[in-house]
Amino acid sequence: MELRRVVITGAGTINPLGNSVEEYWKNLKNGVSGAGPITHFDTTLHTTKFACEVKDFDAIQYMERKEIRKYDLYTQYAFASTDQAIKDSGIDLEKIDGDRVGVIWGAGIGGLQTFYEEARAYKDERPRFSPFFIPKMIANIAGGLVSIKYGFRGPNYTTVSACASASHAMIDAMNMIRMGKADIMITGGSEAGVNEAGVAGFNSMRALSTRNDDPSTASRPFDKDRDGFVMGEGSAAFVFEEYESAVKRGAKIYAEVVGGGMSADAFHMTAPDPDGKGAKLVMKWAIEDAGLKPEDIDYINVHGTSTPLGDIAEPKAILSTFGNHAYKLSISSTKSMTGHLLGAAGAIEGLASVLAMQNNTVPPTINHFTDDPEIDDKLDFTFNVAKEREINVALSNTFGFGGHNATVVFKKL
Amino acid sequence: MSDVAAKVKAIIVDKLGVDESEVTTEASFTNDLGADSLDTVELIMEFEKEFDLAIPDDEAEKISTVGEAVAHIEAAVK
Repeated sequence: MELRRVVITGAGTINPLGNSVEEYWKNLKNGVSGAGPITHFDTTLHTTKFACEVKDFDAIQYMERKEIRKYDLYTQYAFASTDQAIKDSGIDLEKIDGDRVGVIWGAGIGGLQTFYEEARAYKDERPRFSPFFIPKMIANIAGGLVSIKYGFRGPNYTTVSACASASHAMIDAMNMIRMGKADIMITGGSEAGVNEAGVAGFNSMRALSTRNDDPSTASRPFDKDRDGFVMGEGSAAFVFEEYESAVKRGAKIYAEVVGGGMSADAFHMTAPDPDGKGAKLVMKWAIEDAGLKPEDIDYINVHGTSTPLGDIAEPKAILSTFGNHAYKLSISSTKSMTGHLLGAAGAIEGLASVLAMQNNTVPPTINHFTDDPEIDDKLDFTFNVAKEREINVALSNTFGFGGHNATVVFKKL
Repeated sequence: MSDVAAKVKAIIVDKLGVDESEVTTEASFTNDLGADSLDTVELIMEFEKEFDLAIPDDEAEKISTVGEAVAHIEAAVK
């Protein structure tokens, strides 16, 4: 079967660095940290007291008051970024056939705050759960609600693979168009885990940084003194479109989505395989799926969460996948600025990869102070300052708890 | 308007996102105020919470208008 080509014709985002694609790129390029003291809840009893929160989010711009009350924050972020992406794409909602448009969304957890509030209310005050408890909380509701809002009747589901969720969603969305199951796909991911349960839960795992005295330097991927990831929140959405029809309607094209890889570590519940075997496979398969060679890759937006183990395994996997070319390509972890958006990470990092290509600029890995002797310092991690260079092909790596790995390949047109 | 009626109205305005003027005694939750089945259950739960009473499901099913809700609650809290 001849596979159809897939391009990105629209994008939108709500994330700790900005509530639009333009603001996000400006702050990425300038190496701005999105971290600060948590404002969403009282952190007195929490070990970690900071996160990368979304700032000045005004839900009423994107939905009605009644909807805001019924939708968990993760769904509100999804709605906002989707609205931006659809407007950005210039598709005429009146003219397109809704049966040929699908939605594949990514969410690692879903309505965590809703679950927490309802369970607490059940215990404290009420004999019953709200009828909205289940539909507000479930991780697939954002994608369902987007289809309802726009009348998109094509393939619709949500991928749940922890921090790889949005990348899996984007790969499946690409494949739907490639195989002719849909002409347009809305995809991306959203997460809203900066809440009492989210922070306490990841704290218990010793997964979060506890650098409370200096939040803005806490996310320091590949630095010797990294002490865990910094929780982020938000969303990014894309309009994926079949290439020929996008060209025909004169659409603005960000990039081509040329391939995706998916693998598992088959190693441990939360720890990465120390040799990065799953990470190596996922990059290899992604590059093969794109019909490219390792030497074609110019930039890797790495998973690089600022955790002790993960930041050692991923560079190892890059070295064994790319050989000598590993030293020629640019690498950066934009989580140093955005924090870790969990299930939405692949969406905002895919967007960072696409914007990097468009602007021929590698966004930096900020907060580098001390080299880690266990990480090959000949690799170019783009520490602290953005770097201008030609980028024609970019990879976006995401790895999730459970050992789920997903890599997306973007190519300049 | 009774105290109960005023509180019921406020809950409906808040939960259904409707204008206060639409919440008349005769208004039906589903036909006039845009409530779906989930909204209706939530309204009943809010009434129970606000007025500290329990409305059994078989009685709740009979409450479909603003006036019916007010009447039921007024009878129950007496």
